[in-house]
Amino acid sequence: MKQAELLIIGGGPAGLCAAISAASSGASVLVAERNKNLGGQLVKQTHMFFGSEKQYASTRGIDITGILLHELNKYKENVEIMTDTTIVGMFEDGVVTALHKEDNYFKIKPNAVVVATGAFEKALAFPNNDLPGIYGAGAVQTLMNVYGVKPGNKVLMVGAGNIGLIVSYQLMQAGVQVVAILDAAPKIGGYLVHASKIRRMGVPILTSHTVKKAIGKEFLEKAIVCQVDDKFNQVEGTEMEFDVDVMCISVGLTPLNELLSMRGCQMKYVPQLSGMVPLRNDNYETSIENVFAAGDTTGVEEASAAMVEGYLAGLCAAAKIGHMTDDFEERKNDYVKQLESLRSGPVGKHILSGIEQIVIKGEQYV
Amino acid sequence: MFEKTGIPSEEMIMGKFPPIERINKGPVAVVECYKEIPCNPCETACRFNAITIGEDINNIPVLSKDNCTGCAICLSKCPGLAIMVIDGSKSDTTVQVKLPYEFLPLPTAGEIVKGLDREGRNLADVKVIQVQNPKSFDRTPVVTIEADRSIMYKIRNIRTEAK
Ligand SMILES: Cc1cc2nc3c(=O)[nH]c(=O)nc-3n(C[C@H](O)[C@H](O)[C@H](O)COP(=O)(O)OP(=O)(O)OC[C@H]3O[C@@H](n4cnc5c(N)ncnc54)[C@H](O)[C@@H]3O)c2cc1C
Ligand code: SF4
Ligand code: SF4
Repeated sequence: MKQAELLIIGGGPAGLCAAISAASSGASVLVAERNKNLGGQLVKQTHMFFGSEKQYASTRGIDITGILLHELNKYKENVEIMTDTTIVGMFEDGVVTALHKEDNYFKIKPNAVVVATGAFEKALAFPNNDLPGIYGAGAVQTLMNVYGVKPGNKVLMVGAGNIGLIVSYQLMQAGVQVVAILDAAPKIGGYLVHASKIRRMGVPILTSHTVKKAIGKEFLEKAIVCQVDDKFNQVEGTEMEFDVDVMCISVGLTPLNELLSMRGCQMKYVPQLSGMVPLRNDNYETSIENVFAAGDTTGVEEASAAMVEGYLAGLCAAAKIGHMTDDFEERKNDYVKQLESLRSGPVGKHILSGIEQIVIKGEQYV
Repeated sequence: MFEKTGIPSEEMIMGKFPPIERINKGPVAVVECYKEIPCNPCETACRFNAITIGEDINNIPVLSKDNCTGCAICLSKCPGLAIMVIDGSKSDTTVQVKLPYEFLPLPTAGEIVKGLDREGRNLADVKVIQVQNPKSFDRTPVVTIEADRSIMYKIRNIRTEAK
């Protein structure tokens, strides 16, 4: 059995920031990441980020991981990082099971855990959606930006949220033609500055449209799309055909929460947070003592918010297991303020209305 | 419509352009950021206090046409690539426009490229005056083109021919 003071599950922006703030508080930290690389979603984000300076706005996502690792390295005597290590179970007695590489199972007994496992992509149901050439946006981005492989030549993007818009732009940067972006919603979901930047490359954005079916023998050859009415029903006679060899599905993410459910944390379905999320207090501690959560796993949002949540959860988890720092209140207030500032706009208000439903008040321990 | 198509209306566009007298005096930024988003690198990047967002980072950036020197630093810092610089002081018949451009192949000075509008439609052939791509721009090059005044409120993008 491996001992660890604080185990952080997931080495994305939330997990890395939790590690930084916990290690800087004096806790010894073990970070477990199932991939070979740290950074989570950041490793494929070649575009500049929004937010403010404190969350590295205007820096490209791919470069933020390096900045965070540099920061984490300052506390290296307190930090152990295990990549290629998937946490497969969290049990009632506090034991956590892990799988390193293919066949090396082992147990960990941490004093506290921060779950920062992120989110996974939603699928879209339509006839023949299993044809080769139909990918999730994450796969397309990984192929292009991590491995340098073009996913195809002509792409239909399904989903006009930020991810659909950004991946479309990156496809064009890679020299791939994007024939159109469609979205069933009546309005573009992503930031309009992103939408405008793609529109002026000549790519039409078709709102109130969906995929009717995919056509192809061995692989995708055509996509049939049609309009939807205000109740999202397909409208007969509005079909359009696109000759494409790739369809990229980008209809949103949903929190990756199996470990939290398995551990018995109270969960709730909150549409504003994109799925089942754990109830928690202001310190990001779930209904199970010493189990904390941060980042997209507590509600799909942005890396900027995920990082600040990570810092906050790491700080509070460290304090809970005996590493209370003198400047605890000051740091906590700073993080709370940053989150308030990020969430004060129209998108943030929507997120906040979701968060209100999961925060358990009056269970403060500090 | 903007929220359905991503194409701003003429009225919205004109609301972001400084008056023609200011454009004719020298380079000035046009900040086409129309909706509230949590973002403020343009404000942070400007050394001349020409862009104000304020305490709430969701506010829409406001340009001070008098403070702005048209230095173009903010162009490469804006993650939305929403800012361009326009300069009407060089000629009575043309303007020079600086645009952020993140595609390959990058054009070179003197080259003729396609000038595109906000829907990606071809407006006219335009001449490239300068291409800036220093390290500090962090992989967002800035291309200066010369365009006829008749398209100065329309041109917003370029396309280079694949070499
Ligand atoms: C195309 C795209 C563009 C985006 N653009 C922006 C942007 O411009 N600005 C912005 O702020 N945000 C952006 N985001 C959102 C941002 O990337 C996410 O919000 C952020 O990465 C969430 O961080 P996280 O740490 O919670 O999760 P993730 O980044 O998903 O990290 C979770 C990590 O946990 C690991 N993990 C999961 N399960 C286990 C397990 N059982 N054991 C071990 N490890 C596990 C995963 O491998 C992963 O590395 C974008 C996202 C996408 C997809
Ligand atoms: S062009 Fe220069 S002076 Fe004008 S707003 Fe941008 S950074 Fe400031
Ligand atoms: S940096 Fe660009 S996208 Fe961000 S607020 Fe400024 S103009 Fe808008």
